[in-house]
Amino acid sequence: MNSQELLELLGQTFGGKIQNQTEFRGEWTYEIAANDLREIATFCREKLLFDYLVDITSIDNFGEEPRFEIVYHLYSMPRAFHLRLKLKVPDEEAAVDTVSDVWATANWHEREIYDMMGIKFNGHPDLRRILMWDGYPFFPLRKDFPLEGLPSEMPDVAFTKVTPLEGGPFVTVPSTATAKDREPRARPPEL
Amino acid sequence: MPETRGTAYDSKIEGNVIFTRFDAALNWVRKNSLWPMPMGLACCAIELMAAAASRFDIARFGAEVMRFSPRQCDVMIVAGTVTYKMALAVKRIYEQMPEPKWVIAMGACASTGGMYRSYAVLQGIDQLLPVDVYISGCPPRPEALLAGLIKLQEKISLERSFRNQKPELAERLEEALA
Repeated sequence: MNSQELLELLGQTFGGKIQNQTEFRGEWTYEIAANDLREIATFCREKLLFDYLVDITSIDNFGEEPRFEIVYHLYSMPRAFHLRLKLKVPDEEAAVDTVSDVWATANWHEREIYDMMGIKFNGHPDLRRILMWDGYPFFPLRKDFPLEGLPSEMPDVAFTKVTPLEGGPFVTVPSTATAKDREPRARPPEL
Repeated sequence: MPETRGTAYDSKIEGNVIFTRFDAALNWVRKNSLWPMPMGLACCAIELMAAAASRFDIARFGAEVMRFSPRQCDVMIVAGTVTYKMALAVKRIYEQMPEPKWVIAMGACASTGGMYRSYAVLQGIDQLLPVDVYISGCPPRPEALLAGLIKLQEKISLERSFRNQKPELAERLEEALA
């Protein structure tokens, strides 16, 4: 089965459940609903031989609805082929089904997303924070979390303070302008 | 050596005795045998290891005995980024070191948080520990660490060690002499 047939099989099996599909340089991205994730993930693993979950990433589209987006980067070792699955998660639920029983590596990826973004994973065997300590009260990669941090205190474990930014944050501007206009300067966020 | 004749000590050990201040002798012993606690937390630790290796050879300054037990150490070299998650662990290790003890903040991160103006990083280990010497650089070269070590030795040689260590005894001695 080549990659084209593989995608056709995926399309035939889940035709109605694939909301949108895009191609960029031979890599396909399928947008699916959060409810269908486990079904499609199991099919990809067992029938299409996507045996390697490269990464799970999460995006905070703050101000949009639904707010969060989760991207699953799959790779098939026997077929040398990439596939991306995308799904959206609304702010009020902020929960997706786990795929840690489909790909064991998802366990830590999902813990990291929970730690940084606060998205929960239903059925995860051990959903604890992985980078910050247990009991840290914030989710620091959310867009509404300030770069300088927020104070917190857990006696005998850890504490955090607000970081002095001295006029910052110093950010670059993505544009085609000259280096002088793009260079990092104090540009307070327009929130 | 006729000029030493008449002093109070036994002539048999003449020539093997020197007079000095107690503090000076104590400090001389301390500063030339600093046992570092290598608190390597990031890339500065690589330069710390280079300083200990043959090319830069921190043994020339008597600080080659890196101990991984804080109970045997004199100077903690905080080499690297101190995250908030690590901060209280660093403090706890420092508290386990026996007196007298000193701290070197090696590199930009340990001194001020460096380029990490972020929620996760302590903005300088001096918020938790009394730092004696700060070393700039990102990371500092081994020569800079050696320069910092020499600065610390200069600082130690000016300390009033006896008074700091035995304040009551020093007071009683002064009263007795007065």
